[in-house]
Amino acid sequence: MEKLSIKEKKLEAINLNVFYGAKQVLKDVNIAIKANTVTAFIGPSGCGKSTFLRTFNRMNDYVEGFRKEGDIIVDGKDIYQKMIRVEELRKKIGMVFQKPNPFPKSIFENVAYGLKIQGIKNKKLIEETVEKSLKQSALWDEVKDDLKKSALSLSGGQQQRLCIARALALEPSILLMDEPASALDPISTAKIEDLIWELKQKYTIVIVTHNMQQAGRISDNTAFFYMGDLVEYDETKKIFTNPEKERTQNYITGRFG
Amino acid sequence: MKRVLMICAIITVLTTVGIVWVLFSESYTFFQHVSIWDFLTDTEWSPLSTNKHFGILPLLSGTLLVTAISMSIAVPMGIIIAIYLSEYAPKKFRYYIKPLLEILASIPTVVYGFFALTVVTPFLQNYIPNLAGFNALSAGLVMGIMIIPMISSLSEDALYAVPKSLREGAYGMGSTRLQTSFNVILPAASSGIIVSIILAFARAVGETMIVTVAAGNMANLTADPRETVATITAFIVNMSSGDVQQDSIEYQTIFAAGVTLFVFTFILNSVSFYIKKRFQEKYD
Ligand SMILES: Nc1ncnc2c1ncn2[C@@H]1O[C@H](COP(=O)(O)OP(=O)(O)O)[C@@H](O)[C@H]1O
Ligand SMILES: [Mg+2]
Repeated sequence: MEKLSIKEKKLEAINLNVFYGAKQVLKDVNIAIKANTVTAFIGPSGCGKSTFLRTFNRMNDYVEGFRKEGDIIVDGKDIYQKMIRVEELRKKIGMVFQKPNPFPKSIFENVAYGLKIQGIKNKKLIEETVEKSLKQSALWDEVKDDLKKSALSLSGGQQQRLCIARALALEPSILLMDEPASALDPISTAKIEDLIWELKQKYTIVIVTHNMQQAGRISDNTAFFYMGDLVEYDETKKIFTNPEKERTQNYITGRFG
Repeated sequence: MKRVLMICAIITVLTTVGIVWVLFSESYTFFQHVSIWDFLTDTEWSPLSTNKHFGILPLLSGTLLVTAISMSIAVPMGIIIAIYLSEYAPKKFRYYIKPLLEILASIPTVVYGFFALTVVTPFLQNYIPNLAGFNALSAGLVMGIMIIPMISSLSEDALYAVPKSLREGAYGMGSTRLQTSFNVILPAASSGIIVSIILAFARAVGETMIVTVAAGNMANLTADPRETVATITAFIVNMSSGDVQQDSIEYQTIFAAGVTLFVFTFILNSVSFYIKKRFQEKYD
């Protein structure tokens, strides 16, 4: 894989070890992720993919017993430093979860939420941002006539695209997605995949997925984890056709996991 | 066994029906002497004086005044405590403080009444001139404290039951803890919180001992919390414990007041039921 210059690195983990209490779940992980690419994290359940993803926006901070060694660098800054305001960090880094989790508010309010908590009151700006974000997440045409309806009345696939719109409204530069399509039907999944493809132009995307074909279809690079180790990280093409490690080969071909 | 349960159920239903029947039949006799119109619009309540008046408004206003004061304490305090326990407090603290709060609710209400009369009123009199010895303010404040755990405990359950995924969604967008609590968790738990407020309201309207001891027994159409008032419940207690002759019109006022309380809580419950349904439609 090509070496990245400091400027090209959007996200980086350096000698990262993560523990929950006494249990070590990530072991000396090193990775550098290039801007405007899609990176897939694959590996068997429990190997630490979600934990790793969540270190990039410090969502592990609330987990009891969480401890880490090593550094996480976002846009050249160590985000676990004291002076970093975690709320500011998370505005730059959107997150989409496994299960769609829209707020129990209207569709409009869901997308406007991020702006409102920042104290933005300008109605016109809010309306424009909501429209733009819903268009970006390919949901606008389906909901434009009933923005006042409860977000919970949408289908699962629509809810997930709403959650993406909600994240995009904050104009982040990074999107973290933790198995965003695993709870969805094939049609909704296809829509989300198309969307990720589109979004790549403007965002750096990291996606955890269980679905090998999905990783193959949408990602530029793939990282394979096994029991807390980053076994192999390379271009997706390479990982899927000619991986270096036998363990990767076995996983890809479905011999375990 | 099935029989026993059946009989228990029947006894309960019969008792309820019996109470309602007595209530309405006794008040029926009452309303043959006093027109419903006078009852609802007369601004004086003086069943024991020589110049008798039977207007329920002073008792109703007394009830509402004390209830409003208590709710203005209990609702904000109860919700703030619930948010603190659910969203901020360490697990251990929550584990110990919740039962402790519930003890507040198990103190006999007569104790609260005397606390209001002998501690709160004299204390407040230092700051509020013209505060009567028996007054709505002290009774309402103390009743508010008594009701806090009803609201905080049920609201906390509702807040705690909000799925973790919603909290993560909010934090993931850069919300602070405070923003998450008030903008996401609180609305998501609103139907449960409204239920807790309704139950507390009903409890406040029906509460008897505190007002009997500390608010006085003077039917008084007023909105001034410094004054002595009588609530419907306090009137019923006082009238039943005095020696009035059975089947006299004075005796029947007890039932007329009781019916009012009954209808009042019934309307309240219906309204709140309606509100609850609407909120539920909105949120889940
Ligand atoms: N909150 C937690 N507390 C303790 N252990 C956890 C917690 N979350 C995850 N783990 C453990 O950490 C390991 C990695 O979990 P996770 O990152 O969720 O894996 P993946 O997303 O790859 O399935 C698992 O063994 C899991 O049991
Ligand atoms: Mg996971």
